[in-house]
Amino acid sequence: MKEVIQGIPLNYYLFLSTVLFSIGVLGVLFRRNAIIILMSVELMLNSINLLLVAFSAFHGDAKAQVFVFFIMIVAAAEVAVGLALMVLIYRNIKTLDIDFLNKLKW
Amino acid sequence: MKSIVLLSLLGVTSMFAGVFNYRKLILPIILIGIAAAIGLFVDQWGMNKSFYQMAFFDNYAIAFSCLLLSVSFLIFTLALYHYRKEGDIVTDLYALFIFALTGGLLMTSFSNLVMLFLGIEILSIPLYVLAGSRRADLASNEAALKYFLMGAFATGFLLFGIALVYGASGTFDLAGIAAYVKAGKDIPDFFYVGIVLLIVALLFKVSAAPFHFWAPDVYQGSPVLVTTFMSTVVKIAAFAAFLRLFNYCFTPLASYYEIILTAAAVATLLIGNVTALYQQSVKRMLAYSGISHAGYLLIALVVMGASATSVVFFYSAAYAAASLVAFAVLTAVMENKEGRESFETFKGLAKNNPILALCMSVAMLSLAGIPPLAGFFGKYFLFATAIKDGYLWLVLVAIFNSLISLYYYLRVIINMYSSADDEVPAFTPNYALVLMLLLSLGANLALGFYPDLLMGLLG
Repeated sequence: MKEVIQGIPLNYYLFLSTVLFSIGVLGVLFRRNAIIILMSVELMLNSINLLLVAFSAFHGDAKAQVFVFFIMIVAAAEVAVGLALMVLIYRNIKTLDIDFLNKLKW
Repeated sequence: MKSIVLLSLLGVTSMFAGVFNYRKLILPIILIGIAAAIGLFVDQWGMNKSFYQMAFFDNYAIAFSCLLLSVSFLIFTLALYHYRKEGDIVTDLYALFIFALTGGLLMTSFSNLVMLFLGIEILSIPLYVLAGSRRADLASNEAALKYFLMGAFATGFLLFGIALVYGASGTFDLAGIAAYVKAGKDIPDFFYVGIVLLIVALLFKVSAAPFHFWAPDVYQGSPVLVTTFMSTVVKIAAFAAFLRLFNYCFTPLASYYEIILTAAAVATLLIGNVTALYQQSVKRMLAYSGISHAGYLLIALVVMGASATSVVFFYSAAYAAASLVAFAVLTAVMENKEGRESFETFKGLAKNNPILALCMSVAMLSLAGIPPLAGFFGKYFLFATAIKDGYLWLVLVAIFNSLISLYYYLRVIINMYSSADDEVPAFTPNYALVLMLLLSLGANLALGFYPDLLMGLLG
């Protein structure tokens, strides 16, 4: 498996992760539905997982792969809390469009 | 380390308080537990214990941990007043506060980037829930969702930064990264990108410009006790982590990122202070005041060096002591005015509750930096260090901003000492509020008259 990963230059992984990460960032900035924003955040986290695994293979060091597990677990915890918050909000305002969240302003 | 274990157990104890029916006892248990945790930390002073290269309890970690614990102690005392009429769900909220505090302690003592990430998440995830803890209140819901989305977004940047730093240096260990930076042999470009992404993520967490926009909304929408926690414990923990990471690892590369931090500091000061001028809500004004204080602390980060740690420590302690008083008085006033929080709400406070008005005045003057209060010495040490290191222009910008801030701090005082038809009624604060105010005011004055108490601690 390591040979397969190392068969592709490291830069390619960097580019791929950066592109995926940027798509995630753009999704957060431009989409208006809270669930899609959450999905974009997940995309950002997964692009990082990919990058960490690639680095890990190139360094011949398993630490980053363990770190990936940490990221997955924390992401799961975050999604659990985030979806609960969204259910709460949906019950109150019957939409998840973040443009309707405009009560707090000066 | 023992106190982190103790706090986790304390959180679990608090979660089960509802099930096993010892709700009445839980706050005293928590207060004793936090005091014990402080004791355990003080016992470790100077020992420099390391735990599997994951956490390292040097004096810096212990000093900041004790500060966070003391602030939380006062916040729980305030909770004793604020939640005295609430029912079941309060013990769950206490558990979440304690878990968040545990995350904060990890953020001060990490010696591995994995621990930094876990600390930030353990701090943040309970806070997302806490921000939304007034379930029927739309403002609280909105604050929670905004905080959650922004926090998760910032976590993405933090992780990408960590991944790039790991990719270049091949280790998550702070000492390893420091050695790598010091050796300085063919550092790839993406390592610098990693540092910038880490800066972005941490600026998000300390709510500094240009990544501050979530903070006022979240602070205003959250329940007032949660706002108190966010603007003191969370901010101090984030700064402790910021300073620890950069002081440990990246100082030799300071010339590359110094410009970013300087720009962020100036922008934070200006935006925080100028926007605070035209706020209607005192809670929101305190949020902007928190942002501007983050700007002052960023100056310490730019100046850096060994002297910066003690300055940041003293400044955070002074800021926390004054903010706690301000939020405690705000809590009491809001409670007697159906939860309203505008400047006008404070009218008549001096006539009907002169002691509370006096406390609030001291807090405001300390935040504004008037001698002989703690806030003045915080600013004085900060500016003196910065001038010594040749950042005179930065100090001039900061002093100019302190002058602007006088306007909105004095506005609170003027409102308290003027009268209106709709005044704050006279009420007797209960023992917990009195105790909390006494302790934080005492800290404020003690730090003002004997600044050496804390200044000498970190050398």
